[in-house]
Amino acid sequence: MKIIVAIKQVPDRDAQVRIDSSAKWIEESDLQFALNESDAYALEEALQLKEKHGGEVIVLSAGPERIGQTIREALAKGADRAINIACDDLATRDALSVARLLAAAVKEENPDLVLTGLQSEDLGLGQTGVILAELLGLPHATLILHVEKTDTGLTVKRELEEGWFQQIDMPTPSVLTIQSGGNKLRYATLMGIKRAKTKEVRQLNSTDLSADAAPVVVLERLSLPQKQKSTQILSGTAKEAAAALVEKLKFEVRVL
Amino acid sequence: MSGILVIIEQREGRIARISWEAVAAGQRLAAQLNLPISAVILGSDTESLAAEIATRPVAKVLRVEHALLAQYTPDGFTLSLQQLIENESPTQVVLPHTYQVRDYAPALAARLGQVLISDVVDISASNDSSPVFTRQLMQGRLNGSYRHTGDGPCFVSVQAGAFRVEDSPATAPAATSTFTPTLDAAQIRTTPGQPFRGSSQTVDLGSAQLIVSVGRGIKEADNLPLVQELATALGAELAASRPICDNGWLPMERQVGSSGQTVAPKLYLAVGISGAIQHLVGMKGSQCIVAINKDPDAPIFEVADYGIVGDLFEVVPALTEAIKAARA
Repeated sequence: MKIIVAIKQVPDRDAQVRIDSSAKWIEESDLQFALNESDAYALEEALQLKEKHGGEVIVLSAGPERIGQTIREALAKGADRAINIACDDLATRDALSVARLLAAAVKEENPDLVLTGLQSEDLGLGQTGVILAELLGLPHATLILHVEKTDTGLTVKRELEEGWFQQIDMPTPSVLTIQSGGNKLRYATLMGIKRAKTKEVRQLNSTDLSADAAPVVVLERLSLPQKQKSTQILSGTAKEAAAALVEKLKFEVRVL
Repeated sequence: MSGILVIIEQREGRIARISWEAVAAGQRLAAQLNLPISAVILGSDTESLAAEIATRPVAKVLRVEHALLAQYTPDGFTLSLQQLIENESPTQVVLPHTYQVRDYAPALAARLGQVLISDVVDISASNDSSPVFTRQLMQGRLNGSYRHTGDGPCFVSVQAGAFRVEDSPATAPAATSTFTPTLDAAQIRTTPGQPFRGSSQTVDLGSAQLIVSVGRGIKEADNLPLVQELATALGAELAASRPICDNGWLPMERQVGSSGQTVAPKLYLAVGISGAIQHLVGMKGSQCIVAINKDPDAPIFEVADYGIVGDLFEVVPALTEAIKAARA
């Protein structure tokens, strides 16, 4: 199976994000970045499918120069090669425009399967994989926890709400968005890290993919959310704060 | 015509609250734009659901009926709604932000050259009266104001709990009409199976009065007893955010959030949980929320009644001791 995994580099989960002076995006200068979590699960699923059925795993990512690091990490975990779409205006593109970039790169490869995480931790739109399927004219399924190859295509396990699941039979080629938790994530080995240095990374440029169109949805402004409740912060040492909380639990919440 | 279409979702012949919240969001837009609302229900047998929808504050109910819509498939829904939208030419299409909508609405919008503004929590009017949609970014740490600038319908999905359903005075039921899409079985490329429960449910978090919930801040599975001891001292059920269950540290049935259980206990004590949107929707209805987290900017503090900003590895043992002492 030839599998493409579309991955995204996002600000590290614990990073302190600040709004930049344009108020349209975040201050990126001193941020740490990491692989988007559900994309890590998509990569894991692809690597496991390759181990079972053979084939090739290609990681695909779009973004500025810093994404090279995340691509190397994916190669170190076991992806065979990568496609890096240089794109400095990712944040101002809408989901359709980003998917068009990815679709242009996927088309040239004719994969059997395209995997991506179900949503990014920064924008949280949860749309790229579904739009990608639409642009490629392929069937898709979302929130997938498990993928099994069958004689006619795939059987996938889809997560529904409130603890329910569903199996879906579908043909290949197709596009799946992967939910976190279906597999245990692997770490890169020293050997993997060494090998990654010699693996092919094909460089494409967003301007060469002729995928540009005027955005139909625009992020105009970022702001800090308003608090829904006024939180009473209990300060002091751990012991003092704990004692203050016990008082509240006893006399105000009345659960002690 | 131009107007607002609100897509109602049914699950096993029932309409969940989030669909009425989508109608409420539609009403907000209707007031701003002075446009009528039509509610849309898809399926193979929608007569009684349509009658239920007709009692709500909508001008019209559209039944999209076809045998191939008996079970949800992204292809069936995308094709049917594409035809309906081309027929109705709405200016706005409002959907509930459910797993089902996330599965097809991005493709539907893209097919019509549009982009869904997903998981919207607020709608306001800009100076030129065009709607501005607020959605959360960076795991709920920031809000973003979005605007639809394209020609053609604006697609919006609304987050559970974001729009209040008002009791509306009883009026005459809205007019209902049926739209039959042109669908062929060969166009539906995926075959869905019957929904099933993941594992035997032995924990009913939904009826728990006290919940201690643990998140990524606990760092390692070996540290979990710390939180378990707190739960035991308090007489509370232990719950967790998704990453803890993803790692297999606690069973999935203890997960609170959009993909797990929705809870509303008397006390929800969140330990080392940052408060991603997917978690908050599952617990923000709790009567009292207490958060212990080292990051003062963590979104969990936006919904907390009481907060302790500090290292959980110091605060939790101190709290367990204090509770034991108070109980003694």
